[in-house]
Amino acid sequence: MAQQLEEVDQPVLRIEKLEKSLGDRKVLHGVDLQVREGETLIVLGGSGAGKSTLLRCILGLEQPDAGRVLMRGVDVHRARGDELRQVRERIGVAFQGGALFGSRTVAANLDLVLREFTSLPPSTRSIVIRIKLSLVGLGGAESRYPSQLSGGMRKRAALARALALDPELLFCDEPSAGLDPVTAAGIDRLLIRLKEVFGVTMVVVTHDLHSAFALGDRLALLHEGRVHAVGPVEELRGSLDPVVRRFLDREADDNEESLSQFAELSGDTEAALTAKVARDDA
Amino acid sequence: MNGAIPGALARGGGWALDALDLVGSLARLGWSALQSLGRSLARLQPLRWREIVRQMLEAGNRSLPLVGLISALIGMILALQSAYQLRQFGATDLVANLVAISVTRELAPLLAAIVVAGRVGSAIAAELGTMRVNEEIDALTVIGIDPVSFLVVPRILGLLVTLPCLTAFADALGILGGFLVATFGLGMAPLPYLRASLDALVLEDIFGGLLKAACFALVLGLVGCQRGLSVRGGPEQVGRATTSAVVTSILLVILVDLGVTAILYVR
Repeated sequence: MAQQLEEVDQPVLRIEKLEKSLGDRKVLHGVDLQVREGETLIVLGGSGAGKSTLLRCILGLEQPDAGRVLMRGVDVHRARGDELRQVRERIGVAFQGGALFGSRTVAANLDLVLREFTSLPPSTRSIVIRIKLSLVGLGGAESRYPSQLSGGMRKRAALARALALDPELLFCDEPSAGLDPVTAAGIDRLLIRLKEVFGVTMVVVTHDLHSAFALGDRLALLHEGRVHAVGPVEELRGSLDPVVRRFLDREADDNEESLSQFAELSGDTEAALTAKVARDDA
Repeated sequence: MNGAIPGALARGGGWALDALDLVGSLARLGWSALQSLGRSLARLQPLRWREIVRQMLEAGNRSLPLVGLISALIGMILALQSAYQLRQFGATDLVANLVAISVTRELAPLLAAIVVAGRVGSAIAAELGTMRVNEEIDALTVIGIDPVSFLVVPRILGLLVTLPCLTAFADALGILGGFLVATFGLGMAPLPYLRASLDALVLEDIFGGLLKAACFALVLGLVGCQRGLSVRGGPEQVGRATTSAVVTSILLVILVDLGVTAILYVR
């Protein structure tokens, strides 16, 4: 029993003291985070909190200045050759805008991944493609080009591509961004179903509280390049920490200051206008 | 007045640094393309034949009519201009030689390269830039497909085949243009003109031109890909990358032309 527990607790993904600067600006100030088997971790944070940089570092698209990213114990940034290939095979990524290859049909987008990693014959591949597409509710869209799809369909197609190799870990970058509330809710429902039916471990980066609460098992709030708070959804919702509260209650940062600045600015304009009118009159 | 000198110096220095930076990134991209090609030839990764053929056809289709038209016209102009000059020495027979040699050695490869820079180099920069903006390049990396082997190598190889072909086509049409003007406009005898054209040419002229074309193809492919891949930020940067790809590659093509000409023909 104890061993079983330990196995359950063994994180799929472990991020240790990740630091990254972009130009002169330090974006990540030592991020520590773990993703456990089967859970959905939501990475929340305002614009500029470092969400996308964190995701890019995890995926190996950016080299961190310090710290490690371990996928099942393999350091993502040190892995080479077969080891790196295994890491790539185990993760699926649904990019924010879909990132579908525009010169290929939806089916060819999935086929590219399958051809790269499997030796399945074409007929089997096309069956897999059909299954994956109907899984995300895009059955029949095989021969369409990404430009012929709506925003929501593009995200679904991107999900299908991310799921093509049955990844152990699925990353979703802003799955509901840029969608109307109804379509966004549809995507959330789809992700919930993936989680419930297939037990996919997910990391969802978002600033949408609605989908965060709907999807998440745990929330991690990124604030100024650090994980400010992390815990089960209910725990965070009940938190009294001012930063967490401000984010969850959707309060604007330094609200009053910016308002007074605005007042000053418009006052200036008014004064300038009055002066101009006076000059014109004279 | 004195203040202007440091300003100009600073600008010049900035230019020099930009140029060095460009050469550096082109060299880096060229090196990784070469490594990738090596891995493909060693069968460690697939060489993407279908993509290469697609790029060849696309580059050819985009440029063939324009290259043909421009070289024919330039051949005509060359015949007219040289006839005007050579008449002063009573040496109009030499028009054929002059047209044939200038076209094959210099004008055909250069014109083809400039047309291809405008039609294909810009398209490559725009395509890769858009892919960068849409995170498609990131997606490739995450999937585990090397963008250099998938995107850069096929485009450079495609151009390496297409541009010499286009140059050969331009050779033929340039000489034909000169021939038309000489026979119908200047009243020269057609058969002797043709014979003079062929006699004037040695294989070295033609192959020298084709070799130039191959060098230009390398420049065009590398610059187009580098400009496209280095797009950061939004779609407005794609337009900038496209323009810059054309300007940069035309400039570099002419510089390379000077270098290759010096090596090939100056003894």
